[in-house]
Amino acid sequence: MKRNILPGFGLSLGYTVFYLSFVVLIPLFVLLLQPVGLGWEAFWKAATSRRALSAYGVSFTTALIAALVNFVIGLITSWVLVRYRFPGRRILDALVDFPFALPTAVAGVCFAVLYSPAGWLGQFFEPLGFHVVNTTTGITLALIFIGFPFVVRTLQPVLADLEKELEESAQSLGAGRAQTFVRVIFPAIFPSLVTGFTLAFSRGVGEYGSVIFIAGNLPFKTEIAPLIIMSKLDQFDYAGAASVAAVLLLFSFVMLLALNALQTWANKEPK
Amino acid sequence: MSQPAPALDPAWVKGVLIALTVLFFAVFIFLPLFLVFAEALKKGWDYYVSAWTDRVAFQAIQLTLLTTAIVVPLNSVFGLAAAWLITKYNFRGKTFLISLLDLPFAVSPVIAGLIFVLVLGSNTPVGAWLGTLGIKVIFAPPGIVLATLFVTFPFVVRELIPLMQSQGREEEEAALTLGARGWQVFLRVTLPNIKWGLLYGMVLCNARAIGEFGAVSVVSGHIRGETNTIPLHVEILYSEYNFTASFAVASILVFMALVTLVLKAWLEHQFEKSEKGDLP
Repeated sequence: MKRNILPGFGLSLGYTVFYLSFVVLIPLFVLLLQPVGLGWEAFWKAATSRRALSAYGVSFTTALIAALVNFVIGLITSWVLVRYRFPGRRILDALVDFPFALPTAVAGVCFAVLYSPAGWLGQFFEPLGFHVVNTTTGITLALIFIGFPFVVRTLQPVLADLEKELEESAQSLGAGRAQTFVRVIFPAIFPSLVTGFTLAFSRGVGEYGSVIFIAGNLPFKTEIAPLIIMSKLDQFDYAGAASVAAVLLLFSFVMLLALNALQTWANKEPK
Repeated sequence: MSQPAPALDPAWVKGVLIALTVLFFAVFIFLPLFLVFAEALKKGWDYYVSAWTDRVAFQAIQLTLLTTAIVVPLNSVFGLAAAWLITKYNFRGKTFLISLLDLPFAVSPVIAGLIFVLVLGSNTPVGAWLGTLGIKVIFAPPGIVLATLFVTFPFVVRELIPLMQSQGREEEEAALTLGARGWQVFLRVTLPNIKWGLLYGMVLCNARAIGEFGAVSVVSGHIRGETNTIPLHVEILYSEYNFTASFAVASILVFMALVTLVLKAWLEHQFEKSEKGDLP
């Protein structure tokens, strides 16, 4: 390889490392030290209290269901936006990012009012005995909203780059449309679908702003894990907050590793 | 790219899928959008205006603008330095550095706030020392800036990396051989090539910085008229059952989100144009 003559290696390396250390690495390291300072037993007790365990459960299941819903809706939406031409397509395409651009607190109050018993949508569900506000259904709906852009934006470029010839030749060889989709298209887009799913899932587990307004935050029922951290902080129980945070952080690291592996897999997939 | 796709799907499949997509958008995007303005204007125009010209709301707007004015430039400079480092050189630890850039997307915003409370809160050694100097970080604006920095640092750099990767370093090397100095190369060669990507990242960073709630909520302490940002003000009004005022303030944020989307679309268009201009 040719020797690199571009200047600025030292400067850009120094600045990047300095900046990341102060904004990210040192604070994260201090967080991970807290449980150590607390001692293993106290850490384990705080991190696995009954209330915390139930909150992990709520966060993980609602995020998982929301990500699964987004897996399907994201696939349909990307397909429609990439493959079909219809009036209003560009507007829908631009609005895919609305959940990302909208501050989460605003999404939170909107959903809470929309699905309240007297709300625009709540008034239709309530007589059917179907409650949304203060239930895990409400949390899941908010997380579907938050995760939606992740799946669509991961899938769209892959779907657009997919070679039409492949589908056409499959069809000319006698494969039906459904067969072509299942055998040719789906395997090609599957890695990016899983990537989008993983992004939406890990975002959902940590999500706070859009959830707390509709959740009602009832302990053992609709209390999410980030809220446990919040209420421990309100009681100045810093070590306890850090213990629960360490568990969530561990999960985030696992998710990052999984995403790295997924990206390698997606790039290896023959196009 | 924009040529219409050959119609391979039967018409009924196409119809059903488009209907499903439109239904999803109607329920999840358009209804909340209309709801904000309907609720905000419930008590008339005068009340609407008074909700965000009120002193506390005005202070929240000020603090949010101040935070973004600090965060966006800092993260842009960081983004340029980190993208330059990652795309122009090979070094050990590069993969680790790149995965670090995904961290804020995977970490809960509440944790992003918590880490700064643990390092700089008044009961920590560093926080206590800063306190003797009269500097308050947590439950004060500096903490809000730090938490926002953490949450938004990847936006610019993540836009720049793929762009600079695809451009390689031939142009910069040519300029150097022709006698340009380091900074000249950066300002005259690199920057014009990446300006749309840079702006794009700044728009995303700006939107998230204005709207960040969880991380800021932890470090703010919710002191009315002092450490409130616009999203926190929305929450406070809502929890006081002052829904109309809450949605009036929220409507500013919705308007900001829509402007972000328009800017995004415009920048994408500019970018495509400049890409085409490069081709012979």
